[in-house]
Amino acid sequence: MDASRDRMSDQKFGFVLLTPGIMFVLCIAIYPILRILWLSFQTQNLGTDLHAKFSGMDNYIRVINDGHFFQSIYTTCIFTFIAVSIELLLGLGFALLLNETFRGRGFVRACALIPWAMPTAVLALAWTWVFNDQFGIFNDLLINTGIISHPVVWLGGTTTAMFAVIFADVWKTAPFMMIILLAGMQNIRRDLYEAIQIDGAHSVKSFTLVTLPMLMPSITLALLFRIIQSFGIFDLVFVMTGGGPGNSTETVAIYTYNTFLRYLDFGYGAAMIIVTFFIMAGLSLAIYWPLKRFNQN
Amino acid sequence: MTTKIPTGKQKTVHSSRIWLQVLAWLVACWCIAPFVWQIITSLKTPSEIISIPATLVPKHPNLSYYSALFARKPFARYFLNSLFISTVSTLLCLLFSSMAAYSFARLRVRGARWMSLMLVLISLFPGIVFFFPLYEMVRVTGTANNPIALIIPYVTFNLPFAILILTSFFRTLSVEIEEAAKVDGFSRLQILFKIVMPLSAPALATTGILVFIGCWNEFLLSLTFMTRDSSKTITAGIASLSGANTLELPWGPIAAAVVISTLPLVVLVAVFQRRIIQGLSAGGVKG
Repeated sequence: MDASRDRMSDQKFGFVLLTPGIMFVLCIAIYPILRILWLSFQTQNLGTDLHAKFSGMDNYIRVINDGHFFQSIYTTCIFTFIAVSIELLLGLGFALLLNETFRGRGFVRACALIPWAMPTAVLALAWTWVFNDQFGIFNDLLINTGIISHPVVWLGGTTTAMFAVIFADVWKTAPFMMIILLAGMQNIRRDLYEAIQIDGAHSVKSFTLVTLPMLMPSITLALLFRIIQSFGIFDLVFVMTGGGPGNSTETVAIYTYNTFLRYLDFGYGAAMIIVTFFIMAGLSLAIYWPLKRFNQN
Repeated sequence: MTTKIPTGKQKTVHSSRIWLQVLAWLVACWCIAPFVWQIITSLKTPSEIISIPATLVPKHPNLSYYSALFARKPFARYFLNSLFISTVSTLLCLLFSSMAAYSFARLRVRGARWMSLMLVLISLFPGIVFFFPLYEMVRVTGTANNPIALIIPYVTFNLPFAILILTSFFRTLSVEIEEAAKVDGFSRLQILFKIVMPLSAPALATTGILVFIGCWNEFLLSLTFMTRDSSKTITAGIASLSGANTLELPWGPIAAAVVISTLPLVVLVAVFQRRIIQGLSAGGVKG
């Protein structure tokens, strides 16, 4: 009897403690999502004097016929695919390395956190300087090592600008990938390695037979998270190239941002967010399902 | 917690050990190279910055860019704005997330599982989804250029991650202490604030560092809501240093600005390296 009364008030007290958190999330996270959904069925732009007018599926029909939108989706996909693959490979390599014991391991790990901790927007400026065509160290290094003979205008060409942005992104996020994978590696039971060593397996085999399969859940999680994150990439591109040259590095987040604040086409921007959401969700599931099946086997 | 894992390299050949060491140092160099390059650039003289080939060690190292940067008023303001907004957001976030996490960990609240799932989902949405509705709210409430316009969203968007870390930490605390405190006549609120939170100082510190870094680095909302120069945070402020013409960018001052704005984070990382790695691993993932 006493205990049940206690639990009742536990419930109440629990809700009291949750209230501020719930209020914040409802007003600042849930409401905006619903607002975007609502806005996507309205036309609100300079044509309507910025008043919202219900227009049904008009915005969605526009999005589906907007080549510019799909180009930005394509750019985002290319960026995500290349950047995340390289990050995964590098992160895995770094993690394998830092999982070993060697002198100065703490220092190396601290160094590896620096890219993750640096503000992306500020970092983007640092990279703009590195990739500067006249005085940048990147050209300088490549010319000195004889890889190129003339300075490349990295941020001025369509492919090279993409390369530069991906390079900067990989630099920033590969160490993060490493941290997640390192945590996963340290949870692998030692006896698995001991068992396989008794069988006389060497280190390559212990990687393919123990480390990789045991690490798959961590890899899946990190991969999904990074894909979702890089689909929304904004800061790095905004500062480094602003989406240019042309529209060559314009990711969908940049195009959406411009639709809202430059073209003042609010309903249309909202519809773009919703369509992007479904594309991204589909992509994530397409990657998640095969990996999940693999993990279960 | 570092557990050594034998990976079959135990009967190590001497040379492979050296290779490992060399590779590890290469990784470290790769990670700090762009930052170090900014330090080097910021110490050069204007003529040396644009000299070709670039020099690796400044010939006449000087701090003139730094003093110039702080002489220009807005920059010190950017820094202080960031410091203020990030600190307040972190403290508020820790307070609210501890309350929520305690509720999840100890008090059997109905729908707790559903709510934490919701939190995870929300934390996956990128900022671009939220920025426009929030922008409307900022305009309606007239809070543009007011720190509150950033503090409220920063608290909100760091809540999910903070709640998840703290919930799992609170679950590891033994219930006996709390029950003993109850017997001693502590109220529930006192138990949370005087027993549980002090015991959780390490977890709170870890979470706080991660939240602080997140707030310090935020760009999109700051760029959109803080239009007046004196209200900008350091990320949006520095990005606005870049003019339309990339060729005429003031690279020296920018390099100094990059170094100054990153320095607090480098110090945090250097001091709390172990804690940060633990926090990131415990929280699963956070960008």
